[in-house]
Amino acid sequence: MERIIFYILAAVIILFAVASVTSRKILRAVIYLLFVLIGIAGLYFLIDYNFLAAIQLTVYGGGIIVLFIFAVLLIHHVELELEKTALKKKLIAGLLSAAGLAVTLWAISTYPFPETGSAYTSVEVADIGKILLSYEDGGFILPFEVISVLLVAVMIGAIVIAKGKKLTENN
Amino acid sequence: MIAGISIYEILTLTSILFFIGIYGFFTRENLITVLMSVELILNASAVNFVLINTYLYPDLLQGAVFSIFIVALAAAETALAIAIIINLYKLIYSVEVKDTETMKY
Repeated sequence: MERIIFYILAAVIILFAVASVTSRKILRAVIYLLFVLIGIAGLYFLIDYNFLAAIQLTVYGGGIIVLFIFAVLLIHHVELELEKTALKKKLIAGLLSAAGLAVTLWAISTYPFPETGSAYTSVEVADIGKILLSYEDGGFILPFEVISVLLVAVMIGAIVIAKGKKLTENN
Repeated sequence: MIAGISIYEILTLTSILFFIGIYGFFTRENLITVLMSVELILNASAVNFVLINTYLYPDLLQGAVFSIFIVALAAAETALAIAIIINLYKLIYSVEVKDTETMKY
C-alpha cells in the first residue's frame, strides 16, 4: 500500500516538476511548482515527519507560492507567454543535466548504505523543540538564534529594496 | 521509514528532481522562473537530509533540524530575491536575464 502511494507521489512530483520548468505560461508554471511542493509534503507524511510536512505546506504552499504569484501578477500580464528557449540551449542543458544525473545515480547505486538495526519511531514535535533550544552537545541554540536574526534582517532588507528609488531621473 | 521502499529508490527520486531544477536553471530566461528552479533544487536537498536521517540514523534528529533551517533560508532567499526583481522591474521594465545589466552598478 505505501509502495503504491510512494510511486504515485513520485510520478506526480516528477511530472509536475518537468511541467514547471518547461511550461511557457508563467502563472501555470507557478501552480505546477505548488503541486510539486505538495507532493513533497506528501512524501514527508509518508516518512512520518508530520511537523516538517506541516512546515512544507504552510511556508511553501502558503507563503512562497503566494509571493511568486504576487510577483508574477505585478510584473507580467496573466496571459503572457515566455520567449521560446533556443533548441541548442535546451539540448546542451538537457545533455548536461542527464550526464550529471547519470553520475549521481551511478554513485548512489554503487555506494553500500549500511543497514540499521534499530527500529524507526516517528518524531515528536516536542523533541524537535528541545533539540532546537538545547545548550548541550548537539544542541542547535546558536543556529536557531542566527536564523532569527537573519529573518529579521531579510524582512527589513526586502522592505527597503522593494520600496527603492528610481535610478534614472528622466522618467 | 517507508515500508517496502529502499533508500536507493527515494534518492533516485530526489536526484531526478534536483537535475530537473538544474535543467530549468540553465534554460529559463526569466528571473522569476529561474528562482522557481532554485526552489526545486533546495527542496530536493531538504528531502535528502530527512531521508538519510530516517534511513541511516533513526535515533537522531539532526537531519530534520537541518531541513527546517533549509526551509527558513529558502523563505528568506525568496522574499529578498522577489524584492530585488520587483525593484529591477521598476528600474528597467523587464525581468529577462539578458536585460539585467544595471545590477552591476
